[in-house]
Amino acid sequence: MLPSPSSPSPARWFRTLRRTKSTEQSSKLSLSVCTELLRKSREALASGRTLREEFRLSQLEALVRMLVENEDEFVDVLHKDLHKPRFETVLSELILVKNEALFAVNNLKKWMNPEYVARSLVTSLDECFVVSEPLGVVLIIGSWSSPVQLNLVPLVGAVAAGNCVILKPSEISSHTTELLQRLIPSYLDTECYHVISGGPSDLTDLLELKFDHIFYTGSRATGQQVMQAAARSLTPVTLVLGGKNPCYVDRECDVGIAAQRIAWARFHNAGQSDVAPDFVLCHTDVQARLILALRSCLLQFYGPEPRHSASFGRLVNAELFTHVRDLVLASGKVAVGGEMDEAEKYIAPTVLTDVLESDPAMQQEIRGPVLPIMTVYSADEAINYIRRKEKPLCLYVFSSDRKVISNMMTCTSSGSFCANDSVLQSMMVMLPFGGVGASGMGSYHGRCSFNTFSHRKSCVLRNTRVECVTYLRYPPYEDRSLSLMMWASSLSRRSQAWCQIL
Amino acid sequence: MSDYGAIVQKLRDSFGTRKTRPAEFRISQLNSIVTLLRENEGPIVEALERDLRKPKFETMISEISMAINEANYAINHLASWMKPEHVEKSLVMKFDECFIRKEPLGVVLIIGAWNYPVQLVLVPLIGAIAAGNCAVVKPSELSDSTSSLLTELLPKYLDQSCFSVVCGGAKETTELLEQRFDHIFYTGGVSVARSVMRAASCHLTPVTLELGGKSPALVEGSCDVTATARRLVWARFFNAGQSCVAPDYVLCSPETRRLLLPALRDCITQLYGTEPRESRDFGRIINQRHFERIRDLLSNSQGRVEIGGETEEGERYIAPTVLVDVSESDPVMQEEIFGPVLPILTVESLEEAINFINRREKPLALYLYTGDSKVVTKVMECTSSGGFCSNDGLVHMTVITLPFGGVGSSGVGRYHGRFSFDTFSHQRSCVLRGFGLEWANQLRYPPYSEQKLERLLQATQERKWSCTLL
Repeated sequence: MLPSPSSPSPARWFRTLRRTKSTEQSSKLSLSVCTELLRKSREALASGRTLREEFRLSQLEALVRMLVENEDEFVDVLHKDLHKPRFETVLSELILVKNEALFAVNNLKKWMNPEYVARSLVTSLDECFVVSEPLGVVLIIGSWSSPVQLNLVPLVGAVAAGNCVILKPSEISSHTTELLQRLIPSYLDTECYHVISGGPSDLTDLLELKFDHIFYTGSRATGQQVMQAAARSLTPVTLVLGGKNPCYVDRECDVGIAAQRIAWARFHNAGQSDVAPDFVLCHTDVQARLILALRSCLLQFYGPEPRHSASFGRLVNAELFTHVRDLVLASGKVAVGGEMDEAEKYIAPTVLTDVLESDPAMQQEIRGPVLPIMTVYSADEAINYIRRKEKPLCLYVFSSDRKVISNMMTCTSSGSFCANDSVLQSMMVMLPFGGVGASGMGSYHGRCSFNTFSHRKSCVLRNTRVECVTYLRYPPYEDRSLSLMMWASSLSRRSQAWCQIL
Repeated sequence: MSDYGAIVQKLRDSFGTRKTRPAEFRISQLNSIVTLLRENEGPIVEALERDLRKPKFETMISEISMAINEANYAINHLASWMKPEHVEKSLVMKFDECFIRKEPLGVVLIIGAWNYPVQLVLVPLIGAIAAGNCAVVKPSELSDSTSSLLTELLPKYLDQSCFSVVCGGAKETTELLEQRFDHIFYTGGVSVARSVMRAASCHLTPVTLELGGKSPALVEGSCDVTATARRLVWARFFNAGQSCVAPDYVLCSPETRRLLLPALRDCITQLYGTEPRESRDFGRIINQRHFERIRDLLSNSQGRVEIGGETEEGERYIAPTVLVDVSESDPVMQEEIFGPVLPILTVESLEEAINFINRREKPLALYLYTGDSKVVTKVMECTSSGGFCSNDGLVHMTVITLPFGGVGSSGVGRYHGRFSFDTFSHQRSCVLRGFGLEWANQLRYPPYSEQKLERLLQATQERKWSCTLL
């Protein structure tokens, strides 16, 4: 008779029960809790404290301190969630947020100042300017793949613009979410900023509430759900959505360097990135060279057994592992890698060849360390392929021929574009980052974040001392006045000076 | 029934040929709009006269002239708007090109409104054309004569393979919204706006919604009462009150009201005569339904008609009317009036006025009449609205360098001038590198090490009050 498996210790049972109960409780509670948090946030907003520059600066600086003082904890939770190496956590999560926060701190005064606009001859006696105001209480729903950066970079923008925020990090990167829930109240104003957690059903409930802006990073399907819900209260949305980011590798190109840059971008964070190249398009001649170069690169990056490399991550959960595994098994042929371990949620850096357009790996977003290569006859065929599909978040081209780059750039559309490298355009504080078409709407980073979370109010300040210029506009209307007004208010071609009398 | 799918596909195919990209094409189309307006001044004036009994003067300055100005402004600035915007680069990116390209979105839908049927269709269209898009235009079916005229004229002046006009009412609009567009620009009311945004969400189409609401006019004690009255009257009764940015109601102290009422009465007489019904300069309500709606607001109001109040159903005439003793719960305060009726509510203090405004939805415009600049600052900072104007009405929407749009339930997005171009463009961030300097990239590649990390951190961290390296 086989010995019965030893039952788990009572302590372990209680721990599991407590965890399940608290997850359930937090899921059930999140709507009523959120309603209360929304009410508290609105009160905090009404108090006016977020309008003050000093307040916003203090919150942004506190956020930076939070990242600096708890670096090890962040490294730890990201390792638990994604097996993310410390190097990647520091550079692609913590530093990005710090840079955004400090950029906002350095520029806040300028951004908060009214922007005076060019005036006409008549309005030269008036003040005409645009002033930025907070929208109110904003909802930020961050994704799990870079859970610190995707939650906190929008938070920086919302705080800088003077809003109150309800932040909902993903339940999938649960350790990071727990850490944020614990740390944020210790560093930021607890009346103005709140962190909540919950699963997909909670999102539906959450979207019933009225916010002044919703910022969502994630999938297209949920993006549609968010916008549909926002339509009820005419809430503006920013959606940064995933998809398949094409990468064209031209015949005229340094394949060795291209391979390094592509491999870095694709296998960073075990391929779980919105901005990494999702697939390669290239000529058959290039394919062979590229595969050799990628193989050599991967060996250099992760050694002969990437599973043992401290520089390589894991997939976030079993569901994603299954998704990526199934894509690999049903698409093309494994040219590099292909090893998998379900228990570890490990998939080796993998390159697929002989991939067809109809293969699952070319139909769905991969979100894992798998790079399919599909062959095309020419750059034009690549362009046609790209244009047949939805506009991607990012588009990449590797070529030493400027004409090829220029053609690819002008004949396609995408959220952003990078030639001869990848991902960088999404990390620069001076460039807006966002999607277009099915990859999203709106943008952020740097000043763009501030603008996204602001209302730019147009103001005209007149006085009533000088009435002479406006008298022409009043009834009883006369043809003579009309001629004068038409003359005065016409903007002529090629003239910079113009008048408007109204 | 027209096949909207075929229309949109035709425009998409044209867009695909890239014919709308060159500046010359865009300028030629913008010039055609200017020509359309100049050559058809007479018919446009007549059409607006039939739809709204809009006086020629108002048509000229608020419809034709505004649209011509927007077109000319776009033509004058197009080259600079189309140029890629290079951004400040960090040390690490010094050898790269980093810029923002302005790209057209594709095929856009513009749904116009009936109160300024020419301007509210052509000004967004000008932005769409300037940004290089193709467009479907749907003028409002309520301003029947003007919409028919636009339907006839636009194809004669614009490239028909790139721009189409579609007519119809709610049913046709709903069908049209099933098509996929790359941007939807809607001017109108809140409930249709919700349907527009919901339909747009199915295709993840971004929207611009220019809505209305109740725009308050605070009249503070230190104002010049006569000038205030004249400007209020002009702004409220222009186009017979059918303007999304007209002052919808007045908030003032009882003392100010006492001074304001006779001034309003005098101004109305000065501007429209003792019998506004006989004035050629005063318009009419667009249709029977709106006429009845406004008339019912008047009759159901618990306030008192202080000035005006006369109505004439056959002409859809409602006199310039001022209501007093109106409370917050009055029917007239529950919806945007959109007619020549100005309720006056009294408040005891500026704070009470500000609280009153902040209790309500954010309006499209907020007006303040005062002689005290500190009051201006206070009201401007303590309230939120699409736009703000002190000591006048309507004019802030005519300054072409200012963005025009709402916030909260008064709208999403903005346009006019450069902002129209931006609304209909995608700002695409581009980084162009070469293959050189790969040694610098080695730091970022695995296998990771603490030394590499340290060196990279030194190169890429933003410091407070100093330069950015990444």
